[in-house]
Amino acid sequence: MACPPAAQSPASRQPSVKVILTTADVQRVVDRIAHQILEKTQGAAGTVLLGIPTRGTPLARRLAARISTFEDVAVPVGVLDITLYRDDLRRHATRAVGPTQLPPGGIDGKRVVLVDDVLFSGRTVRAALDALGDVGRPASVQLAVLVDRGHRQLPIRADYVGKNIPTSLAESVKVTLVETDGVDEVRLFGGAAL
Amino acid sequence: MIRHLLSGADPDLATATQILDTAAEMATVAGREVKKLPALRGRTVVNLFYEDSTRTRISFEAAAKRLSADVINFSAKGSSVTKGESLKDTALTLQAMGADAVVVRHPASGAPHRLADWVDGSVVNAGDGTHEHPTQALLDAYTMRSRLGRLAGLHVAIVGDVLHSRVARSNVLLLSTLGAKVTLVGPPTLIPVDIAAALAPGTLVSYDLDAVLPNADVVMMLRVQRERMNDSYFPSAREYARRYGLDGPRMRRLPDHAIVMHPGPMNRGMEITPEVADSPRSTIVEQVANGVSVRMAVLYLLLGGNNL
Repeated sequence: MACPPAAQSPASRQPSVKVILTTADVQRVVDRIAHQILEKTQGAAGTVLLGIPTRGTPLARRLAARISTFEDVAVPVGVLDITLYRDDLRRHATRAVGPTQLPPGGIDGKRVVLVDDVLFSGRTVRAALDALGDVGRPASVQLAVLVDRGHRQLPIRADYVGKNIPTSLAESVKVTLVETDGVDEVRLFGGAAL
Repeated sequence: MIRHLLSGADPDLATATQILDTAAEMATVAGREVKKLPALRGRTVVNLFYEDSTRTRISFEAAAKRLSADVINFSAKGSSVTKGESLKDTALTLQAMGADAVVVRHPASGAPHRLADWVDGSVVNAGDGTHEHPTQALLDAYTMRSRLGRLAGLHVAIVGDVLHSRVARSNVLLLSTLGAKVTLVGPPTLIPVDIAAALAPGTLVSYDLDAVLPNADVVMMLRVQRERMNDSYFPSAREYARRYGLDGPRMRRLPDHAIVMHPGPMNRGMEITPEVADSPRSTIVEQVANGVSVRMAVLYLLLGGNNL
């Protein structure tokens, strides 16, 4: 338990880094979530995947690609930008607004699976649910995340979890993906001695 | 991000591009069932209008309401201004009411700049005298970009009463930031000497509309203000329409992709004929719709964060 606080401080110091999921792990996890979605939605009928930027977007595309490989069904994919629905807009400098792209069929009456990289406080998902209510009326909403790191501040849970990672609030979880960062990896920064 | 929007020269290239990109996202809200975003909940926007205006005031009001801000409309008519209250005292009153942004239109050039010193919130210039009208320039740039796909390298002809036009001034400043080339066209009496050099070096001036048309990507017609028609800036309204009005034959001299813009309100038959105003090249109605999106973007970028 002797955690040197220095691990958190100066950026130039070597922070403690632990790789939680390697490139191969990430792919396996995505494959598993794709299977789980197929299982839980009876073959992904009437299902739409909506990625939450930034890294939820490529994850949603990958899940759709894996689902079509496994069962040969085309699942519509979209992007849901939640910037304007955040509850912390006023605590930061103005955030840039990203695009929201709904699939051509829309989301009304569909089963929407929100896709994000990390589930933490739950505030992002809360914002996504509000945004969703303004763009349509899905029949139901589910949540898929690559990593659940705990510390929820709202009554929200994920339906599909790639990996549960018990963390302390002093730590940070960083997901990198080929599409956005050049490499598939999940790392834990600034934790206790490894 | 900038704190006020007073001039077409205020946003640099990055900021102007951010405003246009944000406006493109805001535009998608207009097509939704729920045309509302919660981004400015609890913020107050005051529309302070000392001059008559329909489209600009309504446009700002719609923009603020779509972002869930509270809107207070103030027009000089029927207010304490008629009792002699000064701009400063009015500003301090608004300040005391907790206005986060003041959208101001005033007949005196420079009034919004003065106002910006007196209030804590953001000030948006919605037209001051014959000086500037930056949100009109932004919505014009947005319209050009969405119709023609780019702004850098475009050749824009701004035609008419440049002397009294705040739209022209703001457009020249903003378009030069965005990399477009502007030619000001009109009778010599309505184009101030040295205006090109004073606003943006590289801006051209021409007194011959027919010579400019064949290589223009955008023609922006300015309204000839009725009160000027008797001020001897030109011999007669008919002569003006002949030399500087955009009619069908002139429009056909434009390149195929070129668009025709007008900030409104139009004098049909004067600077623009109905044939041109109602043609598919005309973006006049589009400009009004884009106005709401662009003003939403401006209000969000000014008020959305904690950058006050």
